[in-house]
Amino acid sequence: MKKPDALQGSLDLLVLKILERRPRTHGYGIMTAVKDASDDLLRIEEGSLYPALYRMEEAGWIRAEWIKNDTGRRARVYELTAAGRKQLGLEESRWHAATAAINQVLRTV
Amino acid sequence: MSLWSRVANVFRGDRLNREISEEFESHVAEAVASGRSEREARRALGTYARHREEGHQARVIGWLDSLCADAIFGWRQLMKRKVTTGAAILSLALAIGACTSAFRLVDAMFLRPMPVSAPASLYAISYHGFDAKTKAPESWDSNSYPMFREMRKAVMEQADLSAVSYVSHVDLTYGSDAEMEKAYRQSVSGSLFSNLGLRPVLGRLLAEDDDRVPGAEPYAVLSYDYWTRRFGKDSQVIGRRLHMDGAVYEIVGVASKGFTGTEPGTMTDMFVPTMMEAGSVNNANSFWLRIFVRVKPCVDVRSLAGKMDAVFRVWEKNRAKTFINFPKYLLDTFPREHLVLKSAAEGASSMQADYGSALTVLCVLVGMVLLIACANVANLMSAQAAARAREMALRVSIGSGRWRLVQMVMVESAMLGLIAAGLGLLFAWRATPFVVSKINPPDNPARLVLPADWMVIGFGLAMAIGVTLLFGLLPALRASGVKPVHALKGGDEPVAKKRSMYALIAAQVAFCFVVLFVAGLFATTLSKLTKQPIGFSPRRVLVLDTVTQHPEPPVKWDQMAAALRTVPGVETTALEDWPLMSGTMRNDHISVNGAAPSDVLAFFLRVSPGWLETMRIPMVAGRDFRDSDTSPSVAIVNEAFAKQYFNGANPVGRTFETRGPDRVNAQYEIVGLAGDVVYRDLREKILPQAYVPLHRAANLRADTPISAQTLSAATLQPMQGVTIVVRTASDDSILLSETLRKAMTRIDPEFRVSTIQTQTELVNAQTIRERLLASLALFFASLALLLAAIGLYGVLNYAVLQREREIGVRIALGARLGHVVRIVTAQVLVMVVAGGIAGWALGLMLVRYVQSLLYQVKGNDPAMLAVPALVLLMAVVLSAMPAVIRAARIDPATMLRAE
Repeated sequence: MKKPDALQGSLDLLVLKILERRPRTHGYGIMTAVKDASDDLLRIEEGSLYPALYRMEEAGWIRAEWIKNDTGRRARVYELTAAGRKQLGLEESRWHAATAAINQVLRTV
Repeated sequence: MSLWSRVANVFRGDRLNREISEEFESHVAEAVASGRSEREARRALGTYARHREEGHQARVIGWLDSLCADAIFGWRQLMKRKVTTGAAILSLALAIGACTSAFRLVDAMFLRPMPVSAPASLYAISYHGFDAKTKAPESWDSNSYPMFREMRKAVMEQADLSAVSYVSHVDLTYGSDAEMEKAYRQSVSGSLFSNLGLRPVLGRLLAEDDDRVPGAEPYAVLSYDYWTRRFGKDSQVIGRRLHMDGAVYEIVGVASKGFTGTEPGTMTDMFVPTMMEAGSVNNANSFWLRIFVRVKPCVDVRSLAGKMDAVFRVWEKNRAKTFINFPKYLLDTFPREHLVLKSAAEGASSMQADYGSALTVLCVLVGMVLLIACANVANLMSAQAAARAREMALRVSIGSGRWRLVQMVMVESAMLGLIAAGLGLLFAWRATPFVVSKINPPDNPARLVLPADWMVIGFGLAMAIGVTLLFGLLPALRASGVKPVHALKGGDEPVAKKRSMYALIAAQVAFCFVVLFVAGLFATTLSKLTKQPIGFSPRRVLVLDTVTQHPEPPVKWDQMAAALRTVPGVETTALEDWPLMSGTMRNDHISVNGAAPSDVLAFFLRVSPGWLETMRIPMVAGRDFRDSDTSPSVAIVNEAFAKQYFNGANPVGRTFETRGPDRVNAQYEIVGLAGDVVYRDLREKILPQAYVPLHRAANLRADTPISAQTLSAATLQPMQGVTIVVRTASDDSILLSETLRKAMTRIDPEFRVSTIQTQTELVNAQTIRERLLASLALFFASLALLLAAIGLYGVLNYAVLQREREIGVRIALGARLGHVVRIVTAQVLVMVVAGGIAGWALGLMLVRYVQSLLYQVKGNDPAMLAVPALVLLMAVVLSAMPAVIRAARIDPATMLRAE
């Protein structure tokens, strides 16, 4: 869970963003959504998705609920909380600032 | 996720894990549904175990989770050893229960402030002095009303004073005289309620204006408790009338809830103005009031006390000028006492004075019992920890931190402590009222408010934490400090562990010795007191405190006594002023042959003919009174009287005069000599006593010489309250009380029994404190002995278990039984002896503080020390026996084969 990961920061951002756009999505759905939205370029590592979800749930950014989906299987779906929305804004601006900085470095050097 | 759900998740780990696994499975199913192979999906997701672990960690509070795990594990450990756990909990619970009970008593009597405003600035006046002859310190707190008035005026600027009478148990009725009932009454000065900042629940309270004119302000305020008990909180009670002491009172209000008077130990039902004691408010020689002092802000209490002391001394010196025939040596040093202001936030009562030191001693005893119990459990836990050394070592080797291990063992200890404290609280809940109910002098049983609130619960909790630290911390540190290499190798445990167990044994023995010693002192005191000859036979004697509505001529009283003699089951009856050993007394200076009165005062009691016979007091010489004898003319004296005033010669036929400080001189001819009896107090040496006829001539003038002629001409003084003594035929004399009550009203409706007691009750009442102390101390002593014996047994048994191998080898090599016994017991015996000596020293130190509670017992009496030593020795031998037998029975063959 504490593994340093280049995508560590971006994983939270991606999950939060997906949940903002498509509330009440289960873990697998989040994963495929990221894949689809990025045209298969980005892929969340399945093994780190759930720990991240539990961590964000603990932090109070998202909340979970058990529902019965169309196939009659119980699934755990997630949605953003108010704190999660705030966090998403924060992460987004942080991402933009970081990428802008990196772009600037790439341009000037 | 909220904190609460994380806390909750700690306690539903199973469900949590189920949810995680379900989500896990649902993920795989989705993957399969979208066309992936199950194996591949599972591999991509990682192991379920890792998910469970991480998910679990994220959703619970770490420390709480580990605590919870420890609790479950600890509970299993405790349940695995049901017997030892039970013994530990039981001994701790008894000790904690005893401590909590003692705390409740101390709290109710000494700690809990009265429910009044700003109790901290409330003080009570008391006087500290010393006896003129023995120089023994004396103190009291009674005041006269004129002195209260003077004092109040003198310190008006610095303090507000209120006077409160001692609580008296009075007869009163809300209807006809046939429906008399009893209530506890206090006379209070009008300023009391405003001074204490009390508010009425109903109606109004007494004010200054209700307390100005003697005998003219018959208003009564009820206590909330009495109002609830007697009237069921009826609001119509205001304005109701009641008859009491020949006056008609009107109920004007109910005092605030929780206020039960100013005397812890007695609950006042009714408050009336001091002015209603019309006979006493102007009498400077009548001491019947306590004075409460509300010190104003910014006033120095010590200088205020100094000022009041000065007022008191001037007042007393002036009062002494009115004394007649007062011995000069007393007058020279008068007054011998100084006024002191004592904090009275908790009220002031004689029970505080009587039971204060007794309670302190009991607290020390229960504290020692608690320490013994803690030592026991500590040894138990140490032995337990030693047995678990391998488990601990394993935990350390797979990476458990030291504090984690301490936490684990402490959680186990805390569970023991908490369960024991819970049981102890339950014990105290019943035990304290039981103890209070034993403080039951006839007609005035102790009534103590015993709140069971957060104070008591908090105390119990503090006890639980305290004992857990006491008995648990050391074993926990020890257990966690295990060296895995040694333990896993199966090597011997460090010597230090055994040493600390033995030190605890020594401490236990020391405390046990002290408890036994003190209990022995109290038991001996009680037995000395109860074996004290009292000179009369209280068995089968009933005392009927009898009153009439109006003063009746003595003849009618004689007729009543005679009529009661015909009641079936009654042997004889007689009349007296008041019962022997009831505490009431009258004394006077005696002058023989016109000489100056002696220092020694004589007790007086007016009795009817046949009284000596009824009380079974032997007549040594002379005759009993006759019906025609009146007072003053003849007297019967006791042997101490003859010894004191007639040098032991037969005094029959001689005469003496009384010379009271403020009484008329009267001359008596001695007609009889009776055996010595205890008149007032079992503890005081028998003083000269004179019995005089109950019939008293009225209107005798001091200057008229008394002769047969003047006496026969005088009429007899009517009487309104006399005690009738009844000797019954059967031992269950109290069974006759209802019959006698009814018989009396039938014979003459003017007469009414106020209280009926047995003379035995009165005699026993004098040793209530001693009885209580002796029985409680003996209870604690047996508890201490039992605990110490169990502790010793446990440690010895453990020592034998540890050395089985060694002993087996020794036996194989030819060690004899005596040798084996010595190996097993030598060290422990040294500890026992050391502990005994320490306990002996401790006991001798303590005895100074209990001396005031003892009677004819010296703390340094060798017998008082020998008995506990012997008892302890016997207990030691008994508890060592199983271990010794076990050691002796070790079969070397089996032992060595096991190696």
